[in-house]
Amino acid sequence: MANQPLEGIRILDLGGVWAGTFSTVLLADLGAEVLKQENQFVWQPSTRAVPGPRIPKAMAEAGAGWVTGLPNSDPGESPWNYHPMFVSLYRNKRSFTLDIRQPEGKEILGRLAAMSDAVLENSAVGTMEKLGISYEWLREQRDDIIFLRAPGYGITGEYATARTMGAHLEGTMGHQILRGYLGSDPNSNSGIFAADYIAAAQIALAIMMAIWHRNNTGKGQFIEMAQAENAAAMFAQAYMNYSLTGEVENAIGNRSIYASDGQAPSGVYPCLSPGGADTGDDRWIAITVTSNPTWEALRTVMGDPEWAQAPELATAAGRAAAQDLLDEKLADWTAGFEDEDLFARLQAAGVAAAPVLEASRVLDDPHVQARNLYIPQELQDDIGVHRYPRPVYDFPESEGGIRRPPVAFGQDNDYVYRELLGMSDEECARLEAEGHIATSFSETL
Amino acid sequence: MTGPLNDVRVLDLTQHIAGPYATKLFADFGADVIKIERPGGDPSRRLGPYKGGEPHPEKSGTFFYFNTNKRSVVLDLKDERGQEAFWRLLENADLVVESFRPGVMDDLGIGFDAIHERRANVPLVSITNFGQVSPYRDYKGSDLVLYAFAGEMFSTGLLEREPVKMYGTAALVQSGSAAATALMGALMAGRYQGVGQHVDFSIADSHLVGVDRRHATVMGYQYSGRKSLRSPGAAIGMLNGVFPCQDGWVDLQGGGPRFANAREFLGYPDWMEDPKWDDPAIQMNAEAIEEFNAFFYVWLSEHTKREIWEAARKVRFLCGPLFTIDEVFDDPNFRARGFWEMAEHEELGQVEIPGRPFLMSETPWELRRPAPLLGEHTAEVLGEAGYDAGAINELASAGVAEVR
Repeated sequence: MANQPLEGIRILDLGGVWAGTFSTVLLADLGAEVLKQENQFVWQPSTRAVPGPRIPKAMAEAGAGWVTGLPNSDPGESPWNYHPMFVSLYRNKRSFTLDIRQPEGKEILGRLAAMSDAVLENSAVGTMEKLGISYEWLREQRDDIIFLRAPGYGITGEYATARTMGAHLEGTMGHQILRGYLGSDPNSNSGIFAADYIAAAQIALAIMMAIWHRNNTGKGQFIEMAQAENAAAMFAQAYMNYSLTGEVENAIGNRSIYASDGQAPSGVYPCLSPGGADTGDDRWIAITVTSNPTWEALRTVMGDPEWAQAPELATAAGRAAAQDLLDEKLADWTAGFEDEDLFARLQAAGVAAAPVLEASRVLDDPHVQARNLYIPQELQDDIGVHRYPRPVYDFPESEGGIRRPPVAFGQDNDYVYRELLGMSDEECARLEAEGHIATSFSETL
Repeated sequence: MTGPLNDVRVLDLTQHIAGPYATKLFADFGADVIKIERPGGDPSRRLGPYKGGEPHPEKSGTFFYFNTNKRSVVLDLKDERGQEAFWRLLENADLVVESFRPGVMDDLGIGFDAIHERRANVPLVSITNFGQVSPYRDYKGSDLVLYAFAGEMFSTGLLEREPVKMYGTAALVQSGSAAATALMGALMAGRYQGVGQHVDFSIADSHLVGVDRRHATVMGYQYSGRKSLRSPGAAIGMLNGVFPCQDGWVDLQGGGPRFANAREFLGYPDWMEDPKWDDPAIQMNAEAIEEFNAFFYVWLSEHTKREIWEAARKVRFLCGPLFTIDEVFDDPNFRARGFWEMAEHEELGQVEIPGRPFLMSETPWELRRPAPLLGEHTAEVLGEAGYDAGAINELASAGVAEVR
């Protein structure tokens, strides 16, 4: 078994929210030592918990599982160590605390930067400026350092100062208009966070590319990602359509943008359900016909009903023109089946289909089990054993997997202050007294 | 200056969206990506939008965007002579990427073991719907189907309606981005440690444990026994939500503590002079919300999304104007930042496309060439691999290679 690909690489992680936090889990999964800097006096929104470090019990007892579903519906002592929105983004990392607003904190940060290959941050423009953390300053610590900044709109331009979460910049890039139900107002669009995650993956990619270049040339560099620009790839076809034909696309629900190329019908259709949507017991199957042969296959699975024999439906253009009818007929047909049953039947016939899987069913799914995607672990906090995600992919010949379960706030202070920085008991005690070293967010927050 | 990967050669056997996006990122940052297409080409050449509206394999906007900077070589890998050409190309390759159904590479005789035997430090990354080992490994996918099963589609949309997906192939592009990190990691293990290995990248897994918020709904359920449902309706509070305005819509988050700046945001209107608006609790008062909105909706109707966003930026409200695609395209900020790139293409003429995903100071993104015509580089690449003109003509006339 070889070392991990990023063995020996150290990343100083000043990132936050989903984009920064997921980016460094990808690097950590590949073997980088990620030092996540935290600060007991600074609450980074949407980074370890929402809405803040003290979550009222009433809030933990109600609401959507992914937003407020804390263990046993109890916020406990340190909800930031086990919040469902974020906990899965902390495996394989180390966490230390340091108040980088204080001069000594910044000096210590500089010492850590000198030991690090790359530093990244994705705060709003102004935050790093206020702290005096710039590429120039980092280069004074280490000449070949890599520094990546990923604010919503980049560091230049009239939008640079805009406050934004991923959802808002998706609005700016057109996604809020492009997604949603056919013909309905965009105010029915619930928040999604695709931009955070694509940015995260590409932050990790950019840093690895820069390491590759540094290993070739000895030179570090500065990387700027405007998360809005990064998100554009997800809407590429709409931009290409406007560029090539002048057409301005709108939301088409679950239909395929490739309907006239053969990909119709495409939709989400009701199945036999043990209950209603209000309890999450509604069942649906997603089906995409991807070609004329798969349309034939779908007809066969349906028992070739008379309506499906219409000759115009045998062609891509004919099906694209008949999507209203196809959706109506398919919904009538699927409503009599269990989703798992249809899943098996349709896939056996070569038709792309799957249940719209509700999260409580994920851990029991045969694919999830066969691939061991969620692995039982215990955290530092005594909340029991739960199954947490494993890395997105495995490298069979490299060490990997989960080296450390999701890290608690400040869990690696000893490692950073004593082992890396070589500090004594006295120094550590002083730094604790001065607010740098902590294992809990300040009561003042 | 050229991209960081200018010393990397990739043999790219991927098709459709996710794999080609991962290798596009490599090509756009300097790698020599040799796209080996089957006779007739990557099926995504048959996906619109098309210049002129009519389907044409060299006029696909989808193919164009996802294949910039690559070289196209058409080889019939079912033919032994095509496989021999693949082995010749492998001699100078650093990485092989493919997206066939599991087992196809082995059936063709060019699977991992055969690659490993010849080039022990060259990794193979396979990008498939459900991975190489799964009860679903032969299952078909689409952006919708994979997002439905693996992504967090169930809780997206309105409670009384069906779950609803994201745009187009957004979920596959997220997966392609994560796949690019697998490519990069595999490349590093090959170059630095001499370890070539077969990396099994599953698009479903990338959503189930990574590239979007599914992990959160799974953890929330385990922790609390509570599910994550679709929203019962438009979530609109005081200054929070998606609102109609004079020329479209804005997504605004100006509630909570940010509400203290509401007066400045709205231009100090007379109706807000009442000190009652200073009490944070008023945001929870139904009567006050109604009163506020009666004024606010009038204000919205008098302002454009750009004006509202500008006002929001001044008071640091979270906000996004819901731009339509033409508005994004014409937007002066992204123009001034140089985001759009003009490409020249034999069949499409001048085409403007979205540009760099990020800026690298020493090794910039670069559009060196447009997406390749089918087989545009067959002769060039085979020539580099040592085939002389006669041998290339022989392959072409046997239908093993297509030369443009």
